Amino acid sequence: MLPWTLYLSLLGALAVLAWPRRWAGEARWVALAFALAGGVCGVAGGQAYRPGAELLTLVRVPWIPALGVEYFLAVDGLNLPLVWLTGLAAVAGILFSWNVTEHPRAFFALYLALIGGVYGVFLSFDLFLLFFFYEVAIIPKYFLIARWGSTRREYGAMKLALYSFAGSALVFLGLLALYVNAAADPGAAPLDLAALARQPRDPTFQRWVFPLFFVGFGVLAGLWPLHTWAPTGHVAAPTAASMLLAGVVMKLGAYGALRAGVALFPAGVTAWQDVFLGLAVAGILLGGLVALVQKDFKFVIGYSSVSHMGFVLLGLVTLNPLGLGGAVLQMVSHGLIAGLLFAVVGRMVYDRAHTRELDELAGLRLARRLPFAAGTFVLAGMASMGLPGFSGFVAELSVLVGAWEARPAAAVITGAGIVVGAAYIGRALQKAFATEPPAETTATEEPEKLEPITLPERLGALLLLAATVGLGLFPGVVMDYILPGARSVLAPLRAGGI
Amino acid sequence: MNDLVNQLWLVPALPLLAAGVLALTPRHRRGLAAGLAIGTLALSLVLSVAAWVSTLGATGPDGFRAVRNFPWLTWGDHTLHLGWVLDPLSAVMLVMVSFVGLVIFVYSTGYMAGDENFTRFFGFLSLFAGAMLAVVMANSLVLLFAAWELVGLASYLLIGFWFQKPAAAAAARKAFLTTRVGDLGLFAAMLWLYDATGTLVFFDGGRGCLEAPAVAALAGQTVMGGLTLSAALSLLVLLGAAGKSGQVPLHVWLPDAMEGPTPVSALIHAATMVAAGVFLVARLFPLFAAQPEGASGVPPALQAVAWLGAVTAVFAALIAVAQTDLKRILAYSTVSQLGYMFLGLGVGGVAVGMFHLLTHAFFKALLFLGAGAVIHGCHGEQDIRRLGGLGRLMPVTFATYAVGMMALAGVPLLFSGFWSKEAILHAAHTWPASPGPFYLGLFGALLTAFYMTRQVVFVFFGPYRGEKGAPTQPGKVPHESPPLLTVPLILLAAGAILLGFFGTPAWPGLQAYLEPARVGLTGPDLARLVSAEALKLMALSTAVVLAGLALGWWCYGRRPLTDPTAPDALELAQPGLFRLLRERLRVDELYEATVVRWHTGWAALGDRLDRWVWGGLVLLIQGLTVGLAWLGRALDEFGVNDGFDTACERLRRGGTRLAATATGRLPGYLRGAMAGAAALGLLLLWGGCR
Repeated sequence: MLPWTLYLSLLGALAVLAWPRRWAGEARWVALAFALAGGVCGVAGGQAYRPGAELLTLVRVPWIPALGVEYFLAVDGLNLPLVWLTGLAAVAGILFSWNVTEHPRAFFALYLALIGGVYGVFLSFDLFLLFFFYEVAIIPKYFLIARWGSTRREYGAMKLALYSFAGSALVFLGLLALYVNAAADPGAAPLDLAALARQPRDPTFQRWVFPLFFVGFGVLAGLWPLHTWAPTGHVAAPTAASMLLAGVVMKLGAYGALRAGVALFPAGVTAWQDVFLGLAVAGILLGGLVALVQKDFKFVIGYSSVSHMGFVLLGLVTLNPLGLGGAVLQMVSHGLIAGLLFAVVGRMVYDRAHTRELDELAGLRLARRLPFAAGTFVLAGMASMGLPGFSGFVAELSVLVGAWEARPAAAVITGAGIVVGAAYIGRALQKAFATEPPAETTATEEPEKLEPITLPERLGALLLLAATVGLGLFPGVVMDYILPGARSVLAPLRAGGI
Repeated sequence: MNDLVNQLWLVPALPLLAAGVLALTPRHRRGLAAGLAIGTLALSLVLSVAAWVSTLGATGPDGFRAVRNFPWLTWGDHTLHLGWVLDPLSAVMLVMVSFVGLVIFVYSTGYMAGDENFTRFFGFLSLFAGAMLAVVMANSLVLLFAAWELVGLASYLLIGFWFQKPAAAAAARKAFLTTRVGDLGLFAAMLWLYDATGTLVFFDGGRGCLEAPAVAALAGQTVMGGLTLSAALSLLVLLGAAGKSGQVPLHVWLPDAMEGPTPVSALIHAATMVAAGVFLVARLFPLFAAQPEGASGVPPALQAVAWLGAVTAVFAALIAVAQTDLKRILAYSTVSQLGYMFLGLGVGGVAVGMFHLLTHAFFKALLFLGAGAVIHGCHGEQDIRRLGGLGRLMPVTFATYAVGMMALAGVPLLFSGFWSKEAILHAAHTWPASPGPFYLGLFGALLTAFYMTRQVVFVFFGPYRGEKGAPTQPGKVPHESPPLLTVPLILLAAGAILLGFFGTPAWPGLQAYLEPARVGLTGPDLARLVSAEALKLMALSTAVVLAGLALGWWCYGRRPLTDPTAPDALELAQPGLFRLLRERLRVDELYEATVVRWHTGWAALGDRLDRWVWGGLVLLIQGLTVGLAWLGRALDEFGVNDGFDTACERLRRGGTRLAATATGRLPGYLRGAMAGAAALGLLLLWGGCR
């Protein structure tokens, strides 16, 4: 049933395209139906997998037999939660795009194609197939931003596409090296990720190839200092696209770095650990600090994504189950929280106030005029700064416990990043919502009526909030899946083999 | 009785539930909001009292202790447990928090009656109370930390309740950020403790991290500079406690937090929030007191607690002397009294610190609610220079405020503050490590009596200075508050007096209850009260307090202030010092110049790095790529293309020339054929001749 998440999304894209032009405005219902169906397939299909079980193969047929490439979809404890996240984010994104009136059919078709690509990456267990879906996901992304975006959209879209392709070039190089290396070993499936993870590899080879994968995929996960595409891309993207971009697309990079980097090259991680720990911590701290001085509300959130993705990368290179599991949990958690923050800024505020400059928003008394938006932002902000009770706390706590085990100094420095997180959220909250204009201006002009928050927006926000609070209170729901997965990834390292 | 422990989770859950319901309640359902908040907290109070009663009369080294733990998250080889604990410490705190909270809730129905966001206010209050109750009964550092952060969140929402005031919004942010700096210490301690012991549950039948085996293991390890692991952890925890409880140098948020509505100030300063820090140290006291085997003397962590408290007590009291805002004076007095609590914990242990925390909760709530009644009656005026003469106009408020003031100043025998402060000074006097904290404590007591006298004289004596001339306009005269506001005051005043008798040296009931191992209670014994040492010390502190009161009266009471703009009596004597104190010893300015500026600097650096260095690198690569493209194009255009073009051109030109011969005219062709034939003939002839 799980492969249907992928097929339904792609079918949905076709269905939306084929939808009669006369009812173009209703295409959103079709898209919602397909996204919901995909999400339900993800949850229902996931029931077949028990936490802690071995890899569950879904489909496995030869694709390009001459090269040994297979169409191989499977789930384990690490990708199943991400599939669920994708379903949630997809539905929420459509709810927050309810007001797209400009070529809605094309918009939703590209949107669903992107979702399909994302499901494909998460489910693929053949490295070439994963790489293929990874590229598939980038193309609709480009068009969504370039066509429906805002501030400097062509620039943002191009920057995103170029950065991702540059990363892909590194990955491709690594892929070739791995292919040649594996082909030297007769009888082995050249690009089967599950088999590759079990094979021993020459440490020198690992040292050389690991950074190709980690940096190549890391670009899309906002690896500092290759993160600068992220804020511009997020800002340029339309609301739903920035929700997906921060919510799931950045996770593609992190997931790739985990599956094709950390899982295949444990000795490579050991060799490069300090470098990437340092880069991850730099991303957390500097991303947060830069968010502190932004003037554009959306840039604040964009940089906060860089900061939070730093936790994911930090967890990936701790090389212990807690850190690695925390990284995956943080992927899920940040997917929910970032989606929520972008929804507030892009849909609830920008579409109504038509400005994102914090200084201009300060004069609009938004907390009184849009109390729902303000309330949502308070909760999402608290979740973002890692307050207990929200998913971010458990995730960042796990990552930091893992980091403490690996390098206590990294955990301590990162702690300062948590204070910075509170600072930039507090600043944005105060400026955008809680500032009153000087008394004389309020007396003279009565502000125009803002469109009230619509039902789809409320539903979308409640969906994401419920998920982040639910995960915060009962992290076991997904942690029980993730941790055995993380342990099996690290098993070769723990066993002493390389 | 075990059944009661199992249901104890209801105590925080009920107010939290109310908060959840109120978040979804429409704004106009005011009666529902107040009823729900007060009703649930009253139920919590009933449950707390029942729990407290059940702990009485238990025997054992630690008294009664029942825990309930449950797994929350399976983490690697460990399972992270959450849970709650009922022991004397949590029981007495539960009763105090729910009782003082309830009184403040009732008072708020009157105080906030005119506010449009009444419903939201009670939702936040319930959240605050529920979170604090959860802190108190947590049996796991994770749960405690979670509730601790929830307290921070609720305080943020409540301090910034009137967010339309820029000062309130800024104060809320400052409170949140400053306490978060402290929380970092607690967070690091949590990670380290987990790494070292593999559990974060406090009491777990011998396996908890606060029980003897774990504490002994922690005290046995040395980390750096001769510091034991338990001491290092304690110092990190102390950082968190200092942030929440407003200890120097993290005290800056507490006075600013006055921007919230007055009931919130009362709640923050008395029952919740600031008490959380003191409670945290009391809860983790075994860790603070841990010593490696064979070591003697005072553990370094406790020395740090004692000195921090003593310094804060004097530091804040000095600043309070020169403030003019009614609530700000009380805020600095809170900081100072929190210092006493830390001092008490450091020199005398859990019971001494907690005794002052409990008495302080009552008289400080009383003082804040009294201040609220004054502000309410004087139409929002908070500057003590513009008040005055209220003793006649608001008699009930005056009487109850005076009780609170005397309790705070430590007026002997009748008031609870005297006994709890006495216990602290007594412990400090016999502290083996240093006599310094004792003298600081005495000096602080002098200052406290002095500034409280100053405040009371300014507010309640002399003429009313609020309006120019006589208060003629009706409705502008300060008026006594309605019973909804005064009854809570009377209740708290009763508590502020009676509570002291649970901890007198004659019958140290509270101490024996909290620390049965240390204090064996045999029954009331007047002999202890009149023992020579206790009497000597009481006489000394009485003299100090009376001196403070007299000094205050001498400076401000002899000639009542008539002009609000007249300089302060102290300002005339010591202008430079007074200005420094009024400017709060410039701690805020110091932070502005250092921490804030560094922070901004780093942020700007990061921004530039992104914009210019990484962006520049990308631009450079882009430039190089474009340059390469141009080079390629030039090569194509001028090298490859040109060659091709030239060849083509030549071919074309050759063709044209050739085509010119094909004119289509017969004579020309014939001429050509003739010429050709002639040439052929000549060639053949030449060849034939050969």
